[in-house]
Amino acid sequence: MKKIDNLIIAKKKFKSRLIVGTGKYRSMAECAKAIKLSGAEIVTVAVRRVNIVDKKKPLLMDYINPKKITYLPNTAGCFNSKEALRTLRLAREIGGWKLVKLEVLGDKKTLFPDMIETLKSTEALTKEGFKVMVYCTDDPLMAKRLENVGACAIMPLAAPIGSGLGIQNYTNIKIIRNQTKLPLIIDAGLGQASDATIAMELGCDGVLINTAIAKAKNPFQMAIAMKHAVLAGRDSYLSGRIGKHYFANPSSPIKDII
Amino acid sequence: MKKINKIKIKLNGKFIKIQDKTTLLSLIKKLKVPIKKVAVELNQTIANKKSLGIIKIKKNDKIEIVHFIGGG
Repeated sequence: MKKIDNLIIAKKKFKSRLIVGTGKYRSMAECAKAIKLSGAEIVTVAVRRVNIVDKKKPLLMDYINPKKITYLPNTAGCFNSKEALRTLRLAREIGGWKLVKLEVLGDKKTLFPDMIETLKSTEALTKEGFKVMVYCTDDPLMAKRLENVGACAIMPLAAPIGSGLGIQNYTNIKIIRNQTKLPLIIDAGLGQASDATIAMELGCDGVLINTAIAKAKNPFQMAIAMKHAVLAGRDSYLSGRIGKHYFANPSSPIKDII
Repeated sequence: MKKINKIKIKLNGKFIKIQDKTTLLSLIKKLKVPIKKVAVELNQTIANKKSLGIIKIKKNDKIEIVHFIGGG
């Protein structure tokens, strides 16, 4: 019998280790269907101004039920801790969300996180009672500092947001994995299913994917692929892979060859 | 007939004119915004949803009404 293998974030249990972003889809209906097919139980959402001119514009909450799927409000587009704090306080006001994704950007071209502002915000938000999942660089020292100030999950980038390049620094991800017991989730930069599998095989607890699904020619098929990729990677990691050898080792017995 | 005073406010980044002594709640209702799905900020301070009916909008107030949209 397979043991129950839940993803636990801030004491909350999730069956799926795939977190999906809700941006960049062609329509809300497409987004909702892709999420369903991916099996994701957590989705990231952004906080923006209500369109007061076009009132018929569909609302995300009409397509994705926040009672069934955990909304993870993000601070995408925030470039300092003041903006990030303001955004997440508003998110909390909408419906009491405490589990949030902090993302404080430092550069418009690379969208790399500003880790000094990120660290400050993590500490401030944690003190206010937020459970903060933190988008960060793959620097093990900064990851440790985030943990020390109360982050509830470490979410290093694989590569720049939306780049589809896959994990660029296996070593750092592995080092972070070995140093922390917090949920480690690869956030940003994955492009295809195998990237997600590699992240899971490195021992990550989950992956967060948006562009790779939303912008695939067939987002539904990619959503399914990502679901399987995460499951495969997790099983592969838990199964205890064989060691690497530089010479062959025959799969058929040598004994009794005719 | 009594003259209705109008005041200028900034709503979601745009200047608009509204009736004086309008409450936040009546503004939101007038805009037909689903109150349960939004958060309201008045001059950079979050307005408690329970108090919206008693907060009167003043001249030059800056109001933000936000909700969730798709994001990564």
